[in-house]
Amino acid sequence: MTDPELTMNLTVKLFARARDLAGTSHADVTLSNQQTVEEMLSQLVIHYPQLASIRESLLVAVNNEYVPSETVIPANAEVACFPPVSGG
Amino acid sequence: MTVRLTDKPIDYHLVTESVRTPRAGAVVLFLGTVREFTDDQQTTALDYDAYPEMAITKMEELVAEAGEKWPILNAVIEHRVGHLELGEVCVAVAVSSPHRKEAFHAGQFLIDELKVRVPIWKKENWIDGQSEWVHPGEEESVRSNTPSS
Repeated sequence: MTDPELTMNLTVKLFARARDLAGTSHADVTLSNQQTVEEMLSQLVIHYPQLASIRESLLVAVNNEYVPSETVIPANAEVACFPPVSGG
Repeated sequence: MTVRLTDKPIDYHLVTESVRTPRAGAVVLFLGTVREFTDDQQTTALDYDAYPEMAITKMEELVAEAGEKWPILNAVIEHRVGHLELGEVCVAVAVSSPHRKEAFHAGQFLIDELKVRVPIWKKENWIDGQSEWVHPGEEESVRSNTPSS
């Protein structure tokens, strides 16, 4: 399962301004196996260049947990991407 | 310990009652409400968006952490999503404990941490018809004329 030639199609959930800028709540990206959050964000910005302006502030969650940019995205993970939160 | 998201008005009396117990000598209730003025900008309404599964997970973590830090008896967090008018309650946090100090500390911890950890976002609808997501720490302030739903 670690063959780097294999790719996975990933649907990234977007929220708030990220969703509005991208024009969708579910962004599709194609990743190679063993790619990191940072690489996923690069793919995301290539597909949705409108997100470039907020890329540095985007937070990423994998399976409902915040993850740093070097984290490898596991297969079948639920991935979400959003700007800083402002509840309350 | 209960956490919930709702698109209906928050019944904060019910939230408060749900943490009350004869073992508690103190109950603290915090309400967040929709404020009209932020500095000189006038708000007409807020729209809240959430990532529901993760928001619930994170709020459950917060009440569990509060229970480890202080000897609280019960804690409830209820957060509203959707469109809120001025003065409406957007979040209720209720905590009960044997003595008041722990209830105050735990209540402050829950609302402070909710604001930095729980994936919920607010969009300000200003009186001039423009609207703007609130994303703390983002340098760019992007205003749009997109009508709010």
